[in-house]
Amino acid sequence: MQLITTLLAVTLGAGTSLLYATLGEIYTERSGILNLGVEGMMMMSALAAFSVSFYTGSLLLAVIVAMAVGAGLSLIHAFLSITMRANQVVSGLSITLFGTGLASYLGQRLGPASNGRNLAGMSAKSFSDISVPVLGDIPILAAFFNQDIMTLLLFIVVPAAWIFMFKTRSGLTLRAVGENPRTASAMGIPVAGIRYIYTAVGGMLVGLGGAHLTLGYTPGWSENVTGGRGWIVIALVIFAGWNPSRAIFGAVLFGGINAIQFRLQAAGTVIPASFLNMAPYIVTIIVLAVMTLLGRKRRGTYSPPSALGTSFAIEDK
Amino acid sequence: MAKTRETENGSGTGREILRMVGITKRFPGITANDQIDLSLDAGEVLALLGENGAGKSSLMNVLAGLYRPDEGSIFFRGEHVQIHSPQDSMRLGIGMIHQEFMLVDTMTVAENIILGMKDLDFFPPMQEVHEKIRELSRRYSLKVEPDKFIHELSVGEQQRVEILKLVYQGADILILDEPTAVLTPQEARDLNTILGMMLAEGKSAIFITHKMDEVIEFSHKVQVLRRGKTVSVCRTRDVTPKDLARMMVGREVLFHLERDDYNPGEPRLVLDHLTLTNRTGRALLDDVSFQICEGEIFGIAGVAGNGQQELAEVITGLMPVTSGSIRLDGRDVTGNSPIQMIKSGISHIPADRGAMGVVGDMSVSDNLVMKKYRRKPMSRNGILNRSNIARFARSMIDLFRISTPTAETRVKFLSGGNIQKTILAREIDSCGGILVAAYPSRGLDVGATEAVRKNLLRQRDNQGAVLLVSEELEELLMVSDRIAVMFEGKIMGIVSAQDTDIEELGMMMAGMKKEQIV
Amino acid sequence: MRLVLEKRESRSRKVLLFVPIISFGVSLLLGAIVLAASGANPLKTYIYMARGAFGSWSGFTETLVKAIPLTLTGLGVSIAFRLRFWNIGAEGQFIWGAIGTSWVMIFWNFLPVQLLLPIGLLMGMITGAIWAGIPAIMKAGWGVDETLTTLMMNYIAILFAEYLYYGPWRDPEGFGFPGTRPFPREAWLPRIAGRAHWGLLIALIAALLLWFVLYRTKWGFEIKMIGLNKRAARVQGVNISRNIVLVLLVSGALSGLAGATEVTAIQHRLMKGIDMGYGFTAIIIAWMAQLNPIAVVFVAVVMGGILVGGDQIQMMMGLPASMGLVLQGLLLFPLLAGTIFSDYRLKAVVQEEVV
Repeated sequence: MQLITTLLAVTLGAGTSLLYATLGEIYTERSGILNLGVEGMMMMSALAAFSVSFYTGSLLLAVIVAMAVGAGLSLIHAFLSITMRANQVVSGLSITLFGTGLASYLGQRLGPASNGRNLAGMSAKSFSDISVPVLGDIPILAAFFNQDIMTLLLFIVVPAAWIFMFKTRSGLTLRAVGENPRTASAMGIPVAGIRYIYTAVGGMLVGLGGAHLTLGYTPGWSENVTGGRGWIVIALVIFAGWNPSRAIFGAVLFGGINAIQFRLQAAGTVIPASFLNMAPYIVTIIVLAVMTLLGRKRRGTYSPPSALGTSFAIEDK
Repeated sequence: MAKTRETENGSGTGREILRMVGITKRFPGITANDQIDLSLDAGEVLALLGENGAGKSSLMNVLAGLYRPDEGSIFFRGEHVQIHSPQDSMRLGIGMIHQEFMLVDTMTVAENIILGMKDLDFFPPMQEVHEKIRELSRRYSLKVEPDKFIHELSVGEQQRVEILKLVYQGADILILDEPTAVLTPQEARDLNTILGMMLAEGKSAIFITHKMDEVIEFSHKVQVLRRGKTVSVCRTRDVTPKDLARMMVGREVLFHLERDDYNPGEPRLVLDHLTLTNRTGRALLDDVSFQICEGEIFGIAGVAGNGQQELAEVITGLMPVTSGSIRLDGRDVTGNSPIQMIKSGISHIPADRGAMGVVGDMSVSDNLVMKKYRRKPMSRNGILNRSNIARFARSMIDLFRISTPTAETRVKFLSGGNIQKTILAREIDSCGGILVAAYPSRGLDVGATEAVRKNLLRQRDNQGAVLLVSEELEELLMVSDRIAVMFEGKIMGIVSAQDTDIEELGMMMAGMKKEQIV
Repeated sequence: MRLVLEKRESRSRKVLLFVPIISFGVSLLLGAIVLAASGANPLKTYIYMARGAFGSWSGFTETLVKAIPLTLTGLGVSIAFRLRFWNIGAEGQFIWGAIGTSWVMIFWNFLPVQLLLPIGLLMGMITGAIWAGIPAIMKAGWGVDETLTTLMMNYIAILFAEYLYYGPWRDPEGFGFPGTRPFPREAWLPRIAGRAHWGLLIALIAALLLWFVLYRTKWGFEIKMIGLNKRAARVQGVNISRNIVLVLLVSGALSGLAGATEVTAIQHRLMKGIDMGYGFTAIIIAWMAQLNPIAVVFVAVVMGGILVGGDQIQMMMGLPASMGLVLQGLLLFPLLAGTIFSDYRLKAVVQEEVV
């Protein structure tokens, strides 16, 4: 029982950053923009959050800056793919290449002189767990209610994200833009504007995911802090079928893999560490294949927004 | 019907509701609208007649706020107005139903109807919306369920949603772009009745068309456009279809094409109990059997989306068959791949030119050689012979009168008619006797349409077998020898083109078996 | 007045040529901002970088050392991108090339030693091709998105190589050093000057060969058709699935060859640090070169220079070498933004208000 509770707790902690970033990418993709820059954005916002916390000690400020960095990078992508109608795959990749490169560079420049200007190995103020009264003492449930503030906030954020998407006027607009921009435009919806907004919103949420990596899950900065999480997020969006509520399952699955990996490594198994570390990537490929085959069978529930990845201009003839 | 409700003086109320003055809209290399004036009275139906490319849709897109005119002004109820966006237009009570429906497939009818509405609450009261939709659909007998998803609806139902959407948002002027293109003749009549009810309430309509009989049947007033300019505006009752055709095209139109006598030879292509079901188990082709002989054009009629496209793709090997067989000159070719079908002598003019017929970003000469590059003299040992290809392309361009700056110009920069000629040239040149042509004249002007039809007939007169899928009954009646009508994947009947008429074809298109028609 | 984009009637060749060059300039400017903001002198940095990469013979040979694998992976990525198959797994295919070659070099000692090198390089191409073939088959057969599979397989390849050189393949006499034992000296790929090696010739031949295939053969014609309009290609009888797999085998073989030459000419063993990021830089190269194999060679040299320059500023100025990566990442932004001008031109429209 205790083991389950601990495992579950670690799972949720590890899944938090994935879940924020997945929600962000779901919103972006729902507007028709495919942003493959998540890895770079997460990396940069993780660095930003850590360094702000390191220098100011303000977690709130750190999170805000991380969101701003995520949004900033995503706006580059928005500009390239919406205004300049660049290829979205390549544009997203360029965000990732730039973001990871810059994070690596700045990580070695922004640190204190005493550490050779390196941020790696420093420690900064990070989120601590909050135990919710009563609920935090019940076995199993305790796993859910002894978490840091960012994880706890997800209990509100996820349903809110779902309600916003499916029950509000803005959500309706968002979905229409991603499904059929021509129609949306004919209905007087400013397609480009909406896409800019949700690419930026997505960037902020990805930024939150990045912040949780260096301030929550494994406090501290290192150059491979994301370890491909940004790419797993892209797969999780497919896994979730572009539905915010279903994003939970993916995040829990991959958080769980992380947790088990940790446990096994700590326990010292016979399986070499390299193979344990491969697990998330292999699972991603399998999940992707399964979802693709499922999506072919059941059109609608698991298929992507129709206009995903395509640019749109009103007077294109 | 709308026309029966007209008042003594032949039009609506005589009160002008809309006036467009000197509208000019330019696109790179073309002036779509050149100083066009237009006037519409309340309670009136105006037909905007013209060939494809005459500028009808551009003009209406200006009115609907999708395009900004380069020059000109619009007056609504006597006031000068600026229409910069679809919302501006909607606010004035002008709503447009586009040829391609503006509906989001994965959303419900109700969601589609409220989409883009300005004064909507942040949490839209869906219950009330549903109620209002039900009430409106009762009032205008537009039967539609508000909570159905668009992809569950038939094309006719989708059109009703489009109309409901405009009515819901309080439109007084309805613009309909080729509204009957997707309807059976009977459904078209229903549409006319619905319009009639709306006119009675003082609403007006402009509808875009290129069919003469619709102008006569639907409208009070007709404005004819040609090459971006107004040719004529007149009362419908004062003109005949023939006058209209002449004004539209600018010369006498051939309603008859030269052809040899119908003298079919051996059967070339034989379809036997062909069935195709999709993943959900729905039959897209249901027990289809017929044969096409040499020296024959076999027409396929039907409202788009009743299995015609699938039929063409099954015959050309692009789609697998679920059951049944296809035989070609007596050989079983069921389940063969596209390349095998090509090698057996089947040529294909696909329905969607831009997406399936050509590679827009490749040159005219590359597109012309796409059926021949595999063999000598266009290539040897896997290596292309560029000079032979260039020579071949030049001869094709001359023979089929493809108008292009050079053979190396990318195809996407050609006009629709010339793109189609490029495809025709390639397919007819490489044709081994069987030509599958899906909507070959769709969206072409009269000149190009004539060229297409003549080429099909020449193919027939040279003992070729032609399968012609078309949504234009006039075309089918003019060109084909026999016509099969498809409805929901089934063949409703096969008739001789000489012994049938639009009425009979129309009933079969609506789902009546030939035997049921008395 | 407002600015609008107007479609050109034909694609502008001038733009195709100038956009990459202007982009390079713009990215240097953007990089200068990053440098200045992080407290480094941009001009000085750039001078050191340029001098390090191109200012001396030894520097230039180092640039070539990097340009060789960059050309080969760049070619591999280009041919896949031509099909609009987003192979971002060149890194993994490179590593598998290195693994395949190392396997032959270390374990195939039953072969005459002169045969080790050619067979080793061939094996590297085969393993690289297989690694690219897996996502290709998943795409062609089931439609599984290739961006993610190819990328995930990078991580798997890196971890597998790590398993090998830390585990079963570790040199028993290496004092715990993470790497295999060195390859037989006779099987090393010979060097030309400095560390620059005969892989240079292999890369140049590969580029010419690929150019010929793409522009002069039936197969190249089919690849072009599929890349530009898959549906139309299918209507013309082109087998899409088979071509995806074939093209990706070639793509993977090229990246595999890059890994093979790298281990046989430079490291002479499979060791920690084999994931050098060439496979990612290759994406930038392919796009800069607009997927043209000949252009890939030149862009690869420039990119190699940026990487060497990055190392140089680390040594000379104590700046992180990842500045090279930042500059590379920056290169794509102006390039992507500028490509639109080959199909559109900017036009000022004066709105005439008719009263």
